[in-house]
Amino acid sequence: MSFYGLVDGTDASLKSYLGNLSGVDQVGAEARAAMLATRSIKTTSKRWAIDTAITMVDLTTLEGADTPGKVKALCTKAVRPDPTDSSVPSVGAVCVYNDMVSVARTHLDLIGGQYVPVAAVSTAFPSGRASMPVKIQDTQDAIDAGAAEIDMVIDRGAFLAGRYIDVFNEIVQIREVCGDKAHLKVIFETGELVTYDNVRKASFLAMAAGADFIKTSTGKVAPAATPPVVLVMLEAVRDFYEMTQVRIGVKPAGGIRNTKDAIKQLVLVNETVGPDWLNPKLFRIGASALLNDLLMQRMKMDDGYYTSPQYVTMD
Amino acid sequence: MSNRIDVKKTYKLYINGAFPRSESGRTYEVKNAKGVFVANPCLASRKDLRDAVVAARAAHPGWNKATAYNRGQILYRIAEMLEGRRGQFVEEIVNVTGITKVKADKEVTQAIDRLVWYAGWTDKIASLAGSTNPVAGPFYNFTIPESMGVVAAIAPESPSLLGLIDAIAPIITSGNTVVVLASTKAPLSAMTFAEVLATSDLPAGVINILTGKKDEIAPWMASHMDIDALDISGLSSKKHADIKVAGAENLKRIHSFKSADPGRIIAFMEAKTVWHPIGL
Amino acid sequence: METTMTFEYAPAPESRAIVTIKPKYGHFIGGKFVPGGKHFPTINPATEEVLSQIALGGKADVDAAVKAARKAYANTWSKMSGKERGKYLYRIARIMQERAREFAVLETLDNGKPIRESRDTDIPLAAAHFFYHAGWADKLEYAGLGTSPKPLGVAGQIIPWNFPLLMLAWKVAPALAAGNTVVLKPAESTPLTALLFAEVCQQAELPAGVVNIVTGDGSTGALIVNHPGIDKIAFTGSTEVGKIIARAVAPTNKSVTLELGGKAANIVFDDAPIDETVEGIVNGIFFNQGHVCCAGSRLLLQENVAEEVLHKLKNRMEKIRVGDPMDKNTDVGAINSKEQLAKIIELAAVGDSEGAERWSPACTLPNKGFWFAPTIFTGVTQAHRIAREEIFGPVLSVLTFRTPAEAIEKANNTPFGLSAGIWSEKGSRTLWASQQLRAGVIWANTFNKFDPTSPFGGYKESGWGREGGRHGLSGYLKGVSHE
Repeated sequence: MSFYGLVDGTDASLKSYLGNLSGVDQVGAEARAAMLATRSIKTTSKRWAIDTAITMVDLTTLEGADTPGKVKALCTKAVRPDPTDSSVPSVGAVCVYNDMVSVARTHLDLIGGQYVPVAAVSTAFPSGRASMPVKIQDTQDAIDAGAAEIDMVIDRGAFLAGRYIDVFNEIVQIREVCGDKAHLKVIFETGELVTYDNVRKASFLAMAAGADFIKTSTGKVAPAATPPVVLVMLEAVRDFYEMTQVRIGVKPAGGIRNTKDAIKQLVLVNETVGPDWLNPKLFRIGASALLNDLLMQRMKMDDGYYTSPQYVTMD
Repeated sequence: MSNRIDVKKTYKLYINGAFPRSESGRTYEVKNAKGVFVANPCLASRKDLRDAVVAARAAHPGWNKATAYNRGQILYRIAEMLEGRRGQFVEEIVNVTGITKVKADKEVTQAIDRLVWYAGWTDKIASLAGSTNPVAGPFYNFTIPESMGVVAAIAPESPSLLGLIDAIAPIITSGNTVVVLASTKAPLSAMTFAEVLATSDLPAGVINILTGKKDEIAPWMASHMDIDALDISGLSSKKHADIKVAGAENLKRIHSFKSADPGRIIAFMEAKTVWHPIGL
Repeated sequence: METTMTFEYAPAPESRAIVTIKPKYGHFIGGKFVPGGKHFPTINPATEEVLSQIALGGKADVDAAVKAARKAYANTWSKMSGKERGKYLYRIARIMQERAREFAVLETLDNGKPIRESRDTDIPLAAAHFFYHAGWADKLEYAGLGTSPKPLGVAGQIIPWNFPLLMLAWKVAPALAAGNTVVLKPAESTPLTALLFAEVCQQAELPAGVVNIVTGDGSTGALIVNHPGIDKIAFTGSTEVGKIIARAVAPTNKSVTLELGGKAANIVFDDAPIDETVEGIVNGIFFNQGHVCCAGSRLLLQENVAEEVLHKLKNRMEKIRVGDPMDKNTDVGAINSKEQLAKIIELAAVGDSEGAERWSPACTLPNKGFWFAPTIFTGVTQAHRIAREEIFGPVLSVLTFRTPAEAIEKANNTPFGLSAGIWSEKGSRTLWASQQLRAGVIWANTFNKFDPTSPFGGYKESGWGREGGRHGLSGYLKGVSHE
C-alpha cells in the first residue's frame, strides 16, 4: 500500500508524520468557530442550505430495540421525508447496525429508493472493544448484506495509550475488507479524544491509512460534533488535499439537532475547505431529529408562517 | 375598609434554586414584636443541610468558571430586584423585629447598596489579592487568588437582612457557593430575599438558604467534610471553640467578621502561585 | 443538486429602523442639548450619504462646557460619595446594554465598520467599561494610590474616529469613577454615538454638567487643550498631534495622558499553531479595517515557516468579505473617510515604489463610499517606509527573521511601543519574548483582545499612561507624592 507516500507503514514513520503536525490552539480554534457561527444565512441561501442539508443527512437508527418494523419506517422516511411534498429531496443514506442492513436494503429497493445507500456501523460499534477477527467479520457481514458504506470506530484505548500504529493498521485492514464495494468512514469519538491536537492527529492518521471519510462521533458520547471539532477536521482535510490532491469527506454526527446547527456546519465547510465539499459525496451529517426540523424550516420558508411538529411525520 | 382576607405566604427553604419544605416536615413559630403569630417557617434539619451542600458543590464549577464580569452583573441584578421590592422588605422587618420604619428603611437601603458594593468587587479583587512576584531566577511567577469551593455561613440575628447580605455576598463574589443559616428569630426577610435571588439569573445552587436553629445546624456544618470553609460571624463567640475543633477534621478555613471590607472576600480565597521558566 | 454549487450568502442586512438620526445636532452642555453655531455634515463612509449636520464647537461653546463641568464638579460631583457616583455609572452601563442594538447600528452607519463588530465587540466592551469602573468609584482607597486619592477636577477628552463609543467609554468611565467631570470632543467624522450617549446620560439622570459633549474638528480640540479651566487632558489619536499637545501643556499644570500610534510587530515562531496564527494575523491587521492603533501591521515570520504561513494567509484572505457594513456577514467595512483613504493609497504606493511585492485577494468593491482591499506587502525590511510609518488601514507589511533575538531586535526597532503579538506553542519562549519586547500590550497566541480590567497603553512614542484596570485609574487621580 502506498499511503499516498506519506508514511511507509512502520511505527517510526507514522510517529514522525504525526509528530510534525502543527498544534491547535484551543482558544483560537473555538474563537474561529464562534465567529463563523455568526454568519447570517437568509432567504435564498437558507433555502438552498436546507435542501442541501437534507441530502447530506445519514438518517440513523442505532438502538438495541431496533426491529425490522422500525428500520422499514426509517427507510420510507429517508426516501420521502415529507409525504405531502414530493419536492423534498431524499436523504444521503440510511445508517443501521449490520444485522439490519439487509432489511434496509430490501425495503429501500422496494419503495424506489435504490439510489439511497445503506451505511452500516461496524468494528464493535460504539466501543470498538473486540478482537480484530470479530471487527473484520462485523464489516464483512455488513458488506455481504448490501452495505455500500462502512462507519468504523477507531480503538480509542490504543490511541490514548500512544499505540498509533495499531490504530493505523486496524483502519488499513478494514479498508481492505471494504475493497471497492464500500466507502469507509472512520469514527474518532472526539469526545473521548478530548483535545483538538488529538483530533488533528487522528484525522491525518486516518486519512493516510485510507479513510474515505473522517467522522466525529458515534452519537453515543457527548460532546460530539461541536463546531470547533468539525473545524479542526475540515482544516486537516484541506491540508491533506494540498498534500495529495485527494478529497476526503467529513461527517459530523451527534448534537446537530436543528436547522441552525446544520447551517453552521455548512458555513464551516464553505469557509474552510470550500464549496467543492458542499455535497453528499464529501459531507454528511449523522442525525435523526434534525431531519424534521429541516422540514419544518423548509415549510416556514415556503408558507411564510411558523409550523408545528404535527405537520411532519415522526418516522 | 373591606373585609378582604389576605393570601398569606408560606415560607419554605431555598435549596438548588427551588423552594422545598424541610425533609423533616418540622416548622417553628415566628411571632412579631407584639407577640402575634406571623408565620411557620421551616425548621431545617441536618438532612436539609446535607442536600444544600450537594447542591452548592454541584453549582461550584459553573459559578467559579463564570467570568468575574458575569458574576458582578448577577450581583448587581440581585440589587436591582431588591430595590424594586424594598417596600415589602421594610414592612416585613418592621413587623417581625419591631424596629421603627425609619430604621428598617435605612437597613434595606444599606443592604441594597452593600450588594452593589460587592458587585463591583468581582473583577477587582484579583488586583488586590493577586500579584506577580519578582523571584530571584528566570521564572515568571504569579499568584492568583481562587475561590475555595463550598462555604457555609451563619448569619447574625440582627440586622436580619443586612447581616444576611454580609454573610452571603463576599463568599460568592469570588466564585464560591454558599449555604447560609438565616437569623432564627427573624428569618422571613431571608426567605423573601430568596425570592429575589430566584428572579436574578442566579444559577441554581450558588446560594442556598436554610431557616432553623443555630445549635442544631452549626455543629453539622462544622463536621461536614464536603464544606471547605465557614463564616461563623452570626454565632455567639462562646460557641466558636467547639466549631473550630469539629472543623479541624478537614481543616476548614473558619472566620468571623465584624464588618464588611475586601478582607472578607479574600478570607474565602486560596492563593495559587505558579512558576514558569522564561527562556528560549 | 449540482456538486460544486457555491454557497453565496444572500444579503443579510441589519435594519436601520431602530435608529432615529436628527437632521441637525447641537452640543450637550450642562445636561441639555443646546444649539450650535456653524454646522458641518457627518456622512456614512460606505455610501457617502449625509447622515446629519453637526455643530462646529467654537470658543463660546468650549467656554460654556468647561464652565458647566467646573460648576458640576464644585457643587455636585466632588461632594457626592463614591457610592452614589458609582450608581450613576451602573445606570449608564445598564442603559447602554438595553440600547445596545441601537448604538451598534448607529456606530456602523457613522463609522463604516461592520455591524458584526459594532454589535459583538464595540458596544459590549463599552458597556462593560462603564460597569467595571462603576465599581471603582467607592473603592478608590484600594487602587494603590493612597488612602484617599483625589480627583483632578475637569478633564478635557479628545477621542478618535476608529472606535467612537468605545473610546468614549475608555475616557468617560474612569474619569467619572474617580470623581472628575468631563468635556469630551468626539472625532469630526464620528460624533453620532457620543450624541446618543448624551441621551443615555439624561435617562440615567446624571447630574447636569458632569458630562459635556462638544462636537467639532481639530480647532475645537485645540480650544479644549488650551483652555485654562481644564485640569487634565486625555487624548487618543496620532503621535504627531500627541506631541503638539504635550508641548502645548508643558508650561501649565495640566495632567496629560496620551494614547497614540503604533506599528506593532506580530511575531510568528516556527512552532506556532498555524491555523490559529493565520486567524490572528488576519484579525490583527484587517479587524476594523486596520484602523487600530495597536494593529499587528508588521508581520515578522520566522524564515523557515514563512512560505507555509504566507500560503495559508493568502488562502484565508480570499475568504474575507468586504462590503456593506450593515450586512451581518461583512468582515471588512469602509475606510472611515476620504482623507484616510487617500493616506492609505499613498502609503501603499510608497510600498510599491520601495520594491515590496503587493498582493490582494480579488474583491468587488462598491462604487460609492471609501474602500480599500485587504493588502499584504511581502519582501519588506526595516528600512522600508511601510515598515516604519503607521498606515492605519488594511495593509500588512511582511518581514522575516532567523532567530528569536533577531525577531525581538526588529520588533523593538521603532519609535513606537504600543503592542506586539507572539505566536508559539512554547511557553518559556513566549514569556521570554514578552519580557524582551518594549510594548505596553503583548498578545500571545491571540490579538486585539481588550477588557476593562486589562491596562492598555504604550511605551515610547505610543503615549503616556494606561487605560483600564487599576493602573488606568491613576490617570484621573492625584497621587500623594506628585507635585
